[in-house]
Amino acid sequence: MEARAIVVTSGKGGVGKTTTTANVGAALAREGEKVAVIDVDVGLRNLDVVMGLEGRVVFDLIDVLEGRCKMRQALIRDKRVENLYLLPASQTKDKDALDPKIFRAVVKHLLEDEGFDRVLIDSPAGIERGFQTAAAPAEGALVVVNPEVSSVRDADRIIGMLEAQGVSENRLIVNRLRPKMVKRGDMLGVDDVQEILGLPLIGIVPEDEAILVSTNVGEPIVIRKERTAAGKEFRNIARRIRGEDVPFPDLDPAFGFWGTVRKIFGGR
Amino acid sequence: MFWWRRKSSKQKAKERLQLVLAYDRAKLAPGQVEALKADLLEVLKRYFPTEDKEMEIAFEQRGERVVLIADIPVRS
Repeated sequence: MEARAIVVTSGKGGVGKTTTTANVGAALAREGEKVAVIDVDVGLRNLDVVMGLEGRVVFDLIDVLEGRCKMRQALIRDKRVENLYLLPASQTKDKDALDPKIFRAVVKHLLEDEGFDRVLIDSPAGIERGFQTAAAPAEGALVVVNPEVSSVRDADRIIGMLEAQGVSENRLIVNRLRPKMVKRGDMLGVDDVQEILGLPLIGIVPEDEAILVSTNVGEPIVIRKERTAAGKEFRNIARRIRGEDVPFPDLDPAFGFWGTVRKIFGGR
Repeated sequence: MFWWRRKSSKQKAKERLQLVLAYDRAKLAPGQVEALKADLLEVLKRYFPTEDKEMEIAFEQRGERVVLIADIPVRS
């Protein structure tokens, strides 16, 4: 992706925006980019806990906007991943304090003066002002969608609003896919979702229990030692954002001895 | 998968989504469709006898396009 300021959004809540922001942000930093992840969900901030940095929040985004602290004082450096920084949202202040124009200037400052290569903005759910502020500085978007009717419908709405706001480089992440259910005919497949929404695909993340475990302990899954399907795909999304041609995962649920035999003989 | 199988819930989800998105994208509230139906009926009645009950109006996804389908029986 050409876009250096990317908003992570979905319309519907609970589909994995914050998890995606934390993991793609950490994975991009591990690829060598200097990354800032920004939480714009004023009053309902969560990116700090998902990343395990909640104990280090002193200043927040609104403090920066209102000049109570310097940008560098509010940015929390992640000690586990080089070049990864978090700018937390305010949990207590009035959300109207976040002005789209000033927020745009903040993101510009990070990219032009503070030497950041990429800024990921975790958007609040909904289509109101919070989302519009989050999208204001963005040149591109990661639209996170679950293969489920309400999430797809809301994503369609958000895609329309992004385009109306001039955010043009938009990519689709199908999150929490259950390959077995798709194969059984009980879940929308990636091709269905893509056909309906008409956005280029950049990631297919399978449902993975390891995500909840990583949130429990406050460690993004991409920096944990164990190999997980979701962690691998989040790392691959980062590489695709950087322009690498990484094949999408083969999520055929056929596994084990008989699964392999069936596959060899071309059965289903 | 097999022709004798019932329609899968996935297929139903897709069809319902396509329909609801057709309305969403056209920025049409369901009430507006009713109003359109009443207006159409009024015009049609000037030319031939038709009844409200028999008329059906719906949006349908046809490939890339969303089309308006009006099903109007003509009494002879």
